[in-house]
Amino acid sequence: MSREEVFARLNDVFRDVFDDDGITVTDATTADDIEEWDSLEHINLLAAVEQEFGMKFNMGQVVSMKNVGEMADIIIAQLGA
Amino acid sequence: MKELEYPFDSEYILKKSKKIRRQLLEERSEFLHRKIAVLGGSTTHDIVRVLELFLLNQGIQPEFYESEYAQYWQDVMFDNPQLTGFAPDLIYIHTSNRNVVKYPSAASSEAEIDAMLEEQYGHFAAMWDKIADRYHCPVIQNNFEYPFYRVLGNREAVLPQGRISFLNRLNGMFYQYAREHEDFYINDINYISAAYGLDRWADPFYWHMYKYAMCMQAVPEFAYNLSNIVKAVFGKNKKALVLDLDNTLWGGVVGDDGVENLEIGQETSMGQVYSEFQGYLKAQKDIGVMLNVNSKNEYDNAVAGLQHPDGLLRPDDFLVIKANWEPKSGNMAAIAQELNILPESLVFVDDNPAERDIVSVQMPEVAVPDIGTPEQYIRVLDHAGFFEVTNLSEDDRRRSEMYRANIERARQQQSFGDYQEYLRSLEMRGTIRAFEPICMARIAQLTNKSNQFNLTTRRYTQSDIERFAASEEYITRYGRLEDKFGDNGVVSVVIGRKDEAASALHLELWLMSCRVLKRDMEYAMLDGMVRACRACGLKTLFGYYYPTAKNAMVKEFYGEMGFVKTQEAADGSTTWRFDIPDDYADRNTVIAVNA
Repeated sequence: MSREEVFARLNDVFRDVFDDDGITVTDATTADDIEEWDSLEHINLLAAVEQEFGMKFNMGQVVSMKNVGEMADIIIAQLGA
Repeated sequence: MKELEYPFDSEYILKKSKKIRRQLLEERSEFLHRKIAVLGGSTTHDIVRVLELFLLNQGIQPEFYESEYAQYWQDVMFDNPQLTGFAPDLIYIHTSNRNVVKYPSAASSEAEIDAMLEEQYGHFAAMWDKIADRYHCPVIQNNFEYPFYRVLGNREAVLPQGRISFLNRLNGMFYQYAREHEDFYINDINYISAAYGLDRWADPFYWHMYKYAMCMQAVPEFAYNLSNIVKAVFGKNKKALVLDLDNTLWGGVVGDDGVENLEIGQETSMGQVYSEFQGYLKAQKDIGVMLNVNSKNEYDNAVAGLQHPDGLLRPDDFLVIKANWEPKSGNMAAIAQELNILPESLVFVDDNPAERDIVSVQMPEVAVPDIGTPEQYIRVLDHAGFFEVTNLSEDDRRRSEMYRANIERARQQQSFGDYQEYLRSLEMRGTIRAFEPICMARIAQLTNKSNQFNLTTRRYTQSDIERFAASEEYITRYGRLEDKFGDNGVVSVVIGRKDEAASALHLELWLMSCRVLKRDMEYAMLDGMVRACRACGLKTLFGYYYPTAKNAMVKEFYGEMGFVKTQEAADGSTTWRFDIPDDYADRNTVIAVNA
């Protein structure tokens, strides 16, 4: 799966979870950029991303992940794409 | 909403919760508003988020109070002013085995373990007692799920030192409390976690990362089970099953294949599946669920199928049998009418998706589960929780019998020319008394279930009912009606608030079960209230009617009872006055009342 495809699918997940079709995520997107993305919504967001890509984040990854770019890196590495 | 009906797609619900919530609020305008305090021993954010969806789907709009993280005990014991100010209608305590602070070790003696159990139990029981004393509202308490590891392996459940043994004993103490206290309900997460799969449920990632007692993906199944208790407590249970016959209660089509070729009984695998399902339905009938048939069949063939020697259900297990070639949606409406219940109290069970679709579209109030294939019928119906049991009252167990007697009465009525003559022939005996402990549960149940013959539609918990009964300020009366066909149980409830200054009584609640309509029971209740008023020198009764979507049938009730309308508000609410004449004569002449 290409990085572009991963981003396209991530974008859909963000739009579903925050119920906002105006969202477009980039490498640099963080919780500061999306109003409703707080620590509690973060849990649900990660669960939805895991479901979308059929993978799981481990604790170390969740703790260190800083932005959507790093999230995409982990997904790509895990899927071996 | 289809997406929220069991079996549902949990991941879809989690991902789309915001959109689903928006749609639910757009689709429906009338909700029962209830305040629910969620006191957590772990994070509750997503639990509340998903619970709200299931409750909205049941017509209940919750307002939530959430304790600060893990403050469930402190909030109650130290009277958190935010919680007391919130004045909850229901308190839910969300604890798990992560909240058990002391477990035995391999070195603990049995005496030490007993003391630990008492201490853990005491911690909870003190909180429950405090809630009962302070909040007078229903309480839902989680039991404990099993831990995800077993230090003692298979001996974990055997030896008192094992955590499984310890939690089983602690759960047993919780159940004992639940049996001994009204309005206290256990949310069985031990069952739900097992049904879900304990290893997935207890994923330590969610505890250590976010302090969730279960994994995120399990939240919808967990919240659904909880929502079933909440809706049952607030009177939103279903009452009746309406069943198709061919390929639903047996394999094959009775009209084509003949009774002798139906699959039912122990001879084939498929026959066994249908037998087990019939056994499940028979057990539902025993807890008060009313069984009915809605089938495209010749009537005689339907009854012949139900008389199959290997079947467990018999024709007289059913109250109404509609076997004809009419559209099933029309039959559904006729069944609701004959049983005198609302279509929203019905659950339609049919293997044919096209029939389910017609009923869903024509009668959206009816629950129409997608029951899957025959081997899945029991699980789907059972886990859907339509008939969640909060209390098994004698009336529940005898409900089918009572409704059957009603149908008998309707038949007899047709053979009498004069209605009063018919009423006298019923040999009715009534009991009208102030609320008594033995029927508090049934009275509370009636205040939550009665929609049609209900003047003010005030909903009360059992604690409220007990308070009215104990208060000097209120006059309470319940009415019970028996006749030659059977005992109808408690069927009417009236609550009046005294206004000594005006020598008057304000009728805050007047309701009656529709199964005793037109039996003059309302007159007997009025006679009872008049007698009670006279006994304490009150001279005037004030009645109130508050319109809802369902109680139009009693709009003119007080007028018919001889009250005079004194006020009418723009929303249709009316106030009525009845000055008790000195020569008041009992209105009821057909029921022998035993006060």
